[in-house]
Amino acid sequence: MFRRLREPSPSDTVTFSFDGRALRAAPGQSLATALLAAGVSAFRTSVVGGEPRAPYCLMGVCFDCLVTVDGVHNRQSCLIEVRDGMVVESQDGAPAIAAESAA
Amino acid sequence: MANTDAWDIAVIGGGLVGASIAWGLTRCGLRPLVLDGEDLDLRASRANFALVWVQGKGRGAAHYALWSSASAGRWPEFAVALRTQTGIDIGLRQRGAFSFALSRGELDAMRAEMETIARETAGKAEPYEVLGPGETRDRVPSVGAEVVGSVYSKADGDVNALRLFRALHAALQAAGASYRSHSTVTRIEPQAGGFRLHGNWGEVFARRVVLAAGVGNAYLAPMVGLSAPLKRSKGQIIVTERCAPFFPYTSATIRQTDEGGVMIGDSEETDTASIATNQDISAVLANRALRVFPALTNLNVVRSWSGFRIKSMDGLPIYEQSATHPGAFLTLCHSGVTLAANHALVVAPQIAAGALSTELSPFDSRRFHVPQAA
Amino acid sequence: MSARLLSHVEQLDEAYDLAVIGAGPAGLAAATEAAEAGARVLLLDENGTPGGQIYRAITRNDPQELPFLGRDYWKGKALADSFLAATLDYAPTATAWSLDPAPQDRDEKATGLARIGVSLGGAARRIDARAVLLATGAMERPMPVPGWTLPGVMTAGAAQIALKSAGIVPTGRVVLAGCGPLIYLLAAQLLDAGTRIVELLDTSDRERRLPALRHLPGFLRSPYLSKGLGLLWKVRRSLKVVSGVTALRITGQGSAEAVTYCRGGRERTLAADCVLLHQGVVPNINLASAAGCAIEWNETQRAFQPTTDGEGRSSLPGVFVVGDGAGIGGAEHAEVSGRIAARAALRDLGLAPEAGDDLAALVTQRRRLARGRAFLDNLYLPAEPFRAPQDDETIVCRCEEVTAGQVREAVALGVPGPNQLKTFLRCGMGPCQGRMCALTVSEIMAAERSVSPAEIGVYRLRPPVKPLRLSELAAMPQTPEALIAVTGRTADGDH
Repeated sequence: MFRRLREPSPSDTVTFSFDGRALRAAPGQSLATALLAAGVSAFRTSVVGGEPRAPYCLMGVCFDCLVTVDGVHNRQSCLIEVRDGMVVESQDGAPAIAAESAA
Repeated sequence: MANTDAWDIAVIGGGLVGASIAWGLTRCGLRPLVLDGEDLDLRASRANFALVWVQGKGRGAAHYALWSSASAGRWPEFAVALRTQTGIDIGLRQRGAFSFALSRGELDAMRAEMETIARETAGKAEPYEVLGPGETRDRVPSVGAEVVGSVYSKADGDVNALRLFRALHAALQAAGASYRSHSTVTRIEPQAGGFRLHGNWGEVFARRVVLAAGVGNAYLAPMVGLSAPLKRSKGQIIVTERCAPFFPYTSATIRQTDEGGVMIGDSEETDTASIATNQDISAVLANRALRVFPALTNLNVVRSWSGFRIKSMDGLPIYEQSATHPGAFLTLCHSGVTLAANHALVVAPQIAAGALSTELSPFDSRRFHVPQAA
Repeated sequence: MSARLLSHVEQLDEAYDLAVIGAGPAGLAAATEAAEAGARVLLLDENGTPGGQIYRAITRNDPQELPFLGRDYWKGKALADSFLAATLDYAPTATAWSLDPAPQDRDEKATGLARIGVSLGGAARRIDARAVLLATGAMERPMPVPGWTLPGVMTAGAAQIALKSAGIVPTGRVVLAGCGPLIYLLAAQLLDAGTRIVELLDTSDRERRLPALRHLPGFLRSPYLSKGLGLLWKVRRSLKVVSGVTALRITGQGSAEAVTYCRGGRERTLAADCVLLHQGVVPNINLASAAGCAIEWNETQRAFQPTTDGEGRSSLPGVFVVGDGAGIGGAEHAEVSGRIAARAALRDLGLAPEAGDDLAALVTQRRRLARGRAFLDNLYLPAEPFRAPQDDETIVCRCEEVTAGQVREAVALGVPGPNQLKTFLRCGMGPCQGRMCALTVSEIMAAERSVSPAEIGVYRLRPPVKPLRLSELAAMPQTPEALIAVTGRTADGDH
């Protein structure tokens, strides 16, 4: 749904994973824009109706870009800078608490 | 221009107490007028912990312990009646509740309180168990290492208090009651055959009137020869985002709503100068919650909330018909959720019939006027 | 560069003279002004680099690579540079989640310090400030149409942020829908960046043209005129603009696939992969509101805003609100307002002498910058069906998935206001804390009761105004007073 105006040079990229898939991004960009640029459409499903959701505002007010980052759920991906080695997961409804602590 | 409506019965206050009573009146064939205030009035109905709770209630007041326990027993009937009328499931869950202790001292105090109530009620109070750390963990595996024990009572439960509130209002509408907001009653004028209720919105006449105005009862009651002395009590809670179910029971300080959010309570403050929440208190609430359930560590708090409890000087309800102005009733209590079933199914029919039963006489406000037996 | 960059709450001082929240034009200007006058200043901002939304990523972008962001964008560079050169503490990626105003005496004078809850670097802490300046900026007015929660639908502002901050642009069949100057600006920027836009669906309310005319003289003397005409000309020449659009809805399985709308009584459906919505911007008031600032209704801008005096003072002593967060005025207006408020704060704190001629010059400048705004506010006020959605199935609260029909049912129960309505439906109780639905709920209620939202009011908010992890809250100091309040009561069993 999005394309980069300029591809980052291979020497200047960060690598992260989304649902187990290795993705690359330019350093300094937000995790949300990195996911959009990588072609991710839905970031999560909603907690009430289970409907797919993706970033709406990209400025920290809509809370639709929530993902799990390095095991911590419900992080606003539009406010987090993408980092090398980040493990990112989509969310399915409300997060499970017990499973998280066991991890 | 003055409003000259005339009504058979008016209820002052549209919170959980007023709405429960009014709904109970509709079931007796009456069509009450409910006069309610403003959107940002102090509303305990929007700041409660939603427990249907018996455990530990009524030390030194066996009648209150039994009154609470009777209401918990009536709750299933109440919930079914509301759902039948409105289609709204208010989420009643009576699966039992734990009070978790984080120190020996806390556990000892809980145990002593339960023993006292059992003794005072001559064994008629709900049964309970005092559990050690191992037994507590066996039943609730997710509790943390700092939990030294708990008290469990199977009579306790909770509801979805927000849906309860909406269901009551939907049921009132369905049953033909009239509800008016922006109608704060500031003066009650006793007249021949009834009461004239005044406010900056106008006035109405009602043959009978029920005061269910929460903190507002304190200034309204004396206008009809009643008294409602209240003590200052502010409580604060914090609420988290939704998560998958992790705790199928309930507890006095941590409960997961049927929607998934976790409510963490609560403070008891005597400074009631402001309704604002205090983040130092939020920090203590969060700290204790994590010591009980360490797995909640990454859960986000989405709001803090505070409310003023409606507490009489001894903390117990007041139910009374005015001796000087018959037809004026006072209903005041802190436990608007737990006692909602009693209010709807017991108190309202008695008001409709014109007299409160002797079962309710210990809740008369005259207890504050006469020296109590030791 | 002499701003001290902070990345963890432990690096914060216990107290500051002035704490500024928000690094957009108002916040940057105010912080710089106060620091240059010698005050001990802290600026807290959610983003990683200064600039707010309008000057997003201004310190990282290169005019050679993104020339089409335009002169109005590159103006922010000087402002950000002088901010970073000032002697102050700057905490990017920080969240200000609570603000307790200073205690007051009977004359409503502050008798202590304001206290701010900050989360930074994975930990929370509360710090004090003698004065607090909220520069929380604007957010886009929610545009609740059926299907607006589908992936593939975002705001025009979001697309602009993606462009500024990451150099990415939408692909596929892109449709823009809504009204106001920003949607035309975005269209022009996307065109320059090589994006093909299928159509721009203008939902402007034609009924607004007449009332707006009254404000035409001011507009004719404002810089908006030449900029606006240039944009309109460029966009209309380069893509299909459909005006008079009503009954907009977006459909798709799992993501946006089509846009359907009415024009002149005819319904039309357009295939679309990306739909960018916009209908103006409104103040972001959550922190001011949770702090207890008096909030008022601005009928011209059709939004709630904190009540402020001419120098940014809110109803609370020591709390200032400036920039678009206090009422929409645009970037340059915000910058000047920030300077005026910083000086007022310094004077109130006894850190600066009485106001001189330079203040009068700033006030004159601000008045000039406000010119033309009333015309735009009037012309681009969204039509009522886009503020209070008529289709009952339309989701109003995105978090709790509450529909317009459910809101209307609750209004019909006679609720006294939006706070009771929130209790009945949970709308506004999700993680966004009402940001996405507060205005819509007040608008629907106002429409149902045929009164102004001024009479209806808006949600009252409570801290934390941004979600805060329990572990962060739990690790904060456990004060003896709070411990007693929670654990020290006699166990009377009442809950």
